[in-house]
Amino acid sequence: MADNLLCNIIEQVQTICDKHGNNPGELINILHEAQHLMGYLPEDMQRAIARKLGIPVSKVYGVVSFYTFFTMTPKGRHPISVCMGTACYVRGAEKLLEEFKRQLGIEVGETTPDGKFSLDCLRCVGACGLAPVVMIGEKVYGRLQPIDVKKILDDFE
Amino acid sequence: MRDVHGALQIQSYIRLLNLFTMEKQVTLQIDHHFITVPEGSTILEAAREIGIDIPTLCHIDLKGTCVKNNPASCRICVVEVEGRRNLAPACATRCTEGMKVHTSTLRVMNARKIVAELILSDHPNECLTCPKSGNCELQTLALRFNIREMPFNGGELSARKRETTSSIIRNMDKCIFCRRCESVCNDVQTVGAIGAIRRGFNTTIAPAFDKMMADSECTYCGQCVAVCPVGALTERDHTNRLLEDLANPEKTVIVQTAPAVRAALGEEFGMPPGTLVTGKMVYALRELGFDYVFDTDFAADLTIMEEGAEILNRLHRYLNGDTSVRLPILTSCCPAWVNFFEHQFPDLLDIPSTARSPQQMFGSIAKHVWAKKTGIPVEKLTVVSIMPCLAKKYECDREEFKPGGIPDVDYSITTRELARLIKRANIGFTLLPDAEFDNPMGASTGAGTIFGTTGGVMEAALRTVYEAYTGRTLQKVDFEQVRGLEGVRHANIDLGGFELKVGIAHGLGNARHLLEDIRNGRNEYHVIEIMACPGGCIGGGGQPLHHGNSAILYARANALYREDTNKPLRKSHENPYIRELYEECLGKPLSEEAERLLHTHYFNKSIN
Repeated sequence: MADNLLCNIIEQVQTICDKHGNNPGELINILHEAQHLMGYLPEDMQRAIARKLGIPVSKVYGVVSFYTFFTMTPKGRHPISVCMGTACYVRGAEKLLEEFKRQLGIEVGETTPDGKFSLDCLRCVGACGLAPVVMIGEKVYGRLQPIDVKKILDDFE
Repeated sequence: MRDVHGALQIQSYIRLLNLFTMEKQVTLQIDHHFITVPEGSTILEAAREIGIDIPTLCHIDLKGTCVKNNPASCRICVVEVEGRRNLAPACATRCTEGMKVHTSTLRVMNARKIVAELILSDHPNECLTCPKSGNCELQTLALRFNIREMPFNGGELSARKRETTSSIIRNMDKCIFCRRCESVCNDVQTVGAIGAIRRGFNTTIAPAFDKMMADSECTYCGQCVAVCPVGALTERDHTNRLLEDLANPEKTVIVQTAPAVRAALGEEFGMPPGTLVTGKMVYALRELGFDYVFDTDFAADLTIMEEGAEILNRLHRYLNGDTSVRLPILTSCCPAWVNFFEHQFPDLLDIPSTARSPQQMFGSIAKHVWAKKTGIPVEKLTVVSIMPCLAKKYECDREEFKPGGIPDVDYSITTRELARLIKRANIGFTLLPDAEFDNPMGASTGAGTIFGTTGGVMEAALRTVYEAYTGRTLQKVDFEQVRGLEGVRHANIDLGGFELKVGIAHGLGNARHLLEDIRNGRNEYHVIEIMACPGGCIGGGGQPLHHGNSAILYARANALYREDTNKPLRKSHENPYIRELYEECLGKPLSEEAERLLHTHYFNKSIN
């Protein structure tokens, strides 16, 4: 079953590469789309991309490890992104982040052992008027205080 | 002033010449000199042409080969260009008509010094114990820029990975991110084992997923070591182990020296590149205490007997209509090349010759034939090889070359290590008289000698194959059409009516092109020679560092051809001790005994 799933994912990755003409210059765009498939870029996926584009896998991993956007850690079912942009930062994003870390017991870039939540930072989602902003999945939460964190987390499943 | 006037005269002469040639030229002024160069030349190239030595660090351009790294990232080579606000990197700035360049103003010198100081600010202060000390380009710059203190402190490198493989030692704390190793590994060799990963202070050069080199596609060709300007990538040193063995009265220690070593060893003692030091090297090895000094050239002759027989066998079958025969046949003397096809072309494992490399043939004959004959117990015999190569260290470690747990070749040291050892033993190398190799395994023909340069194995094979195939004596043994430094070469050799098509590639990137053609059914060759390093073994990862000067490679290649010309015997099958070996022990090439002692098999090492 797991193998079938992986085969399926690898096929999808190859389709993405084909769509970009298997052009090594499109690597970042390809990785961007590939990360959407599973929320992260496992080793096998990077190897598949390297093979398809005819470039060394060390080049692919070089790009993946350079950009913080790309990740090799599986994301939780509900990925949490705390905005650390200027506006959010001055309105207390750091304290908010600390509270998420405390509640979840994980560091930035990690996933809870049950796979429910993962925690990341990002720079500005373009909703500075609502600072400090947190995104969980596709949903945006604005004007949050540390005290709100527990309640929001409890709302999930 | 007179110089300038003279230069102007020359310049107008060049202009006149240009009217007759199509190549567009530009004239510029560098310091007090006028120079006319082809359009597209960099300031660095123009300056070097008139003897102005602009310092560089990340830049390397081994002219005539494909070894090149030009990221313009270190900024050591900055110069002032009139009319330009900021300083320009000479390595990446093109010359333009009327340009005025200043290479040594106070502003330039201060900028260079600060750049070097910043690089040094997070570089470990370990010069005293660094294996690269005395040969380090960063150290040379620090001296040249008169850096006497470290003004920048603070940023410290996180402890990066260290790794010791059979061949290469990686100490990434010393890396200065010139990316030369990345360029040779990816662009020149197309191995793709290492590249830059992560960013900022966490950047490092590593295999994919920050794995160990031993778990990567690395072939141990050692070209990364050959271009590393600092002590981040170095060879695994066996000199201490060797000194202990030499001092042990219980042990008989014998040595074999690869052909390319004699053409380069002298450089480590200040002799001009291309000086042949065969006799001095043999003398020095005896001084060091080796019981017998033998020659890998002997084993190269033996390789030709086996590989030549294999070529003939496949050709005869092919010409008799056997459709199962695999052509082309590829040479297999180069362990980095063997690694390359085992990793990257596992579907073609049946194409290369099964002949072991000369190093391993020597070890096998030494431990299983010679030792018996001379009555030396194998466990008291140490076989050491002096090689221009790092992959040879790894090759000694391959399991199939350790029958019963006893390695055929105990360990291999590089040309550089031998030089260090000679210096350490107080041997005044340049003043040594010449000495001769010991028999029987020191006897060799000119064919064995040229194994050390690209095209040499092919030429040696042709000398024997021609005579065996046609039954005629070869009038002219020089096959000039297979010589040279071009990346891929080919020639058609007339074997008395049958036209043998041969191909030669050096540098693994060039080899890849040929292999991909074979994989896709587009092959025009019968025999192909491949050597992993640019120039062949003369440019090996264990040789004295060329620091980007390709004239050194040409000089080394010429030296080997000179030694070949001066030898009384120049065809492998004429080596009397090789004949004796077949008569007394092996029977004939490809016999059961020859297969057991001199042939090998390959493994699928594909990572994907």
